[in-house]
Amino acid sequence: MAVSGSELLPRALASRRRLTDRIGDTALHVLTGAAAFGGVVLLGLIAYRVVYGAWPAIQKFGIAFVWHQAWDPVTSRFGALDFLYGTAVTSFAAVLIAGPLAIAIALFLTELAPASVRGVVGSLVEMLAAVPSVVLGLWGIFVLGPFVRDHFDPWLQSWFGWIPLFSGTPQQAGMLPAILILTIMIVPITASVTRELFKAVPPELKEGAYGLGLTRWEMVRGVVFPYTRGGVVAAVLLGMGRAVGEAIAVTQVIGGFTGIPTSLFKPGDTLASRIAAQYQGAVSNVHIASIVYLALILLVFALLTNVGAQVIVNRFELQKVGAR
Amino acid sequence: MAAQPSLLAAGGRVRRRKRVNLAVQGAWLLASAIAVAVLAIVTISVLVKGIPALNGDLFTKTPVTFGESGGGIAHAFVGSLVLVGVAAAMALPVGVLSAIYVSEFANQRVARVMKLSLDVLNGLPSIVIGIFLFALLVVGRGQNAFIGSLALAIIMLPLISRSTQEVLALVPNHLRDGSLALGVSKWRTIVGVILPTTLSGILTGTTLAVARAAGETAPLLFTTSLFGNTVTGNVNHALASIPVIIFTYSEAPDKHLNDQAWAAAFVLIMFVLVTSLLSRALLARSRRKLERG
Repeated sequence: MAVSGSELLPRALASRRRLTDRIGDTALHVLTGAAAFGGVVLLGLIAYRVVYGAWPAIQKFGIAFVWHQAWDPVTSRFGALDFLYGTAVTSFAAVLIAGPLAIAIALFLTELAPASVRGVVGSLVEMLAAVPSVVLGLWGIFVLGPFVRDHFDPWLQSWFGWIPLFSGTPQQAGMLPAILILTIMIVPITASVTRELFKAVPPELKEGAYGLGLTRWEMVRGVVFPYTRGGVVAAVLLGMGRAVGEAIAVTQVIGGFTGIPTSLFKPGDTLASRIAAQYQGAVSNVHIASIVYLALILLVFALLTNVGAQVIVNRFELQKVGAR
Repeated sequence: MAAQPSLLAAGGRVRRRKRVNLAVQGAWLLASAIAVAVLAIVTISVLVKGIPALNGDLFTKTPVTFGESGGGIAHAFVGSLVLVGVAAAMALPVGVLSAIYVSEFANQRVARVMKLSLDVLNGLPSIVIGIFLFALLVVGRGQNAFIGSLALAIIMLPLISRSTQEVLALVPNHLRDGSLALGVSKWRTIVGVILPTTLSGILTGTTLAVARAAGETAPLLFTTSLFGNTVTGNVNHALASIPVIIFTYSEAPDKHLNDQAWAAAFVLIMFVLVTSLLSRALLARSRRKLERG
């Protein structure tokens, strides 16, 4: 930050500054400060209010809510296990598919594609990120769902039918369409972050590797990956956070099922999609509090992934500075 | 001297390395092709299913009784305009002011904390923001569109603030120094010299945030989803919106409503794609201009 000029002035001169300027400086400082601290306070308020809203459920069920398996508004028994399972399976599978895809796209854009192709493909991938989730969900219901039921599921079954995950009757709504939709959502985000990382690799390191006679892939493995490792992990973590928190598109395609689906063809539910599905009104106070409790789990997870990604990036940047 | 396998001669090992390299590069190309193909399939689906359902009634009429055909979703277009407009009016000043504080006033440590909390705010699932406002304002009082706008504003705030910080960081220091050296006070420097150079950057950041907010559904479900069928802009009532209409119509057991969902999706996706492409192009232009300056 630049040294501000007014602080360098001798006192005698400074006191002769016009009154409007002194008021203006203070006013702008206070006004902008209030706005900036407002953001920090807002985050605190969100955390406080979500805990407060979930409090009746926290009192009634305790921390056991997280691994308790129940969702019955009639008898007021609630637990998050079903949705935790659904969230874990869908997000993990989506990251497993999307991570390598995104890294490959980023490598194509930074290392392989000629400039003209790079611009076009790069902005197309960014456009994919801009598609609203509700539109993706609509597409999931009417296009992806039937395709998965009629073609993709039978194909998977013919090869991997012996694995219990791919057993049962193919259905339009289920875990598998949710996984595919989440994959589509997180590929562009992860790709654009990793692309920025790969772009920042110093060209002299790359040229050195080529000079030693390495092929492009060997250069990537030997130079680009080690140089960007922490950042790539952080990017994948952010993609994971996005997948875990996505509510709308998942609600539209996952089928809304209470219980633990044993097959990817069966419907299930995630934390976020269960919250979204309950918008038309909860029966009792405990029911409302339990929905907020689900949001609290999401909030904690979002905090962990975001701060975790930040820590990884910071530590990784410090290492790089230290190595110079 | 023992025969040293030379890297220069294309022996079996080098051929294998080249083959592996080609295969991997092919995989990169394939991955990119898949991403582009998915975008194409989604866009074409929306075009094919949305355009036939488009007609004047969609924009000018309100829904008919369930089961009948005809009618439109005029209330949702008006509602979305109001919701996003009010949200932008709230998020823009707060976002710009907070960005000025972070890059012009705050010391490094405070700036780091603020940037981190903006990033975390940006990373919060939008449904959590909806639930937060639901627990804070809706429970006991009922829904209204103002709460929905507040939710959208919370989503837009980090986007506007971060993109403004980015352009502020690009303002060359000699502009600041020159102004201060002429005896101009700090607030006049910021308002009169720095802000005008970043204006286009701020505008494009805001457009990007508007594009994002226009497609957000989750925070509106709990704050402004139980609406009537009349066209109104009164923020004291729950207002209809395009994303919520797409969401509910997509799950309706009525082909006619499904078609309207596709038509609405077409309008929404066109709006979002055009605005985000436009703002990206503008942002790149203003960045180039600042970097040259």
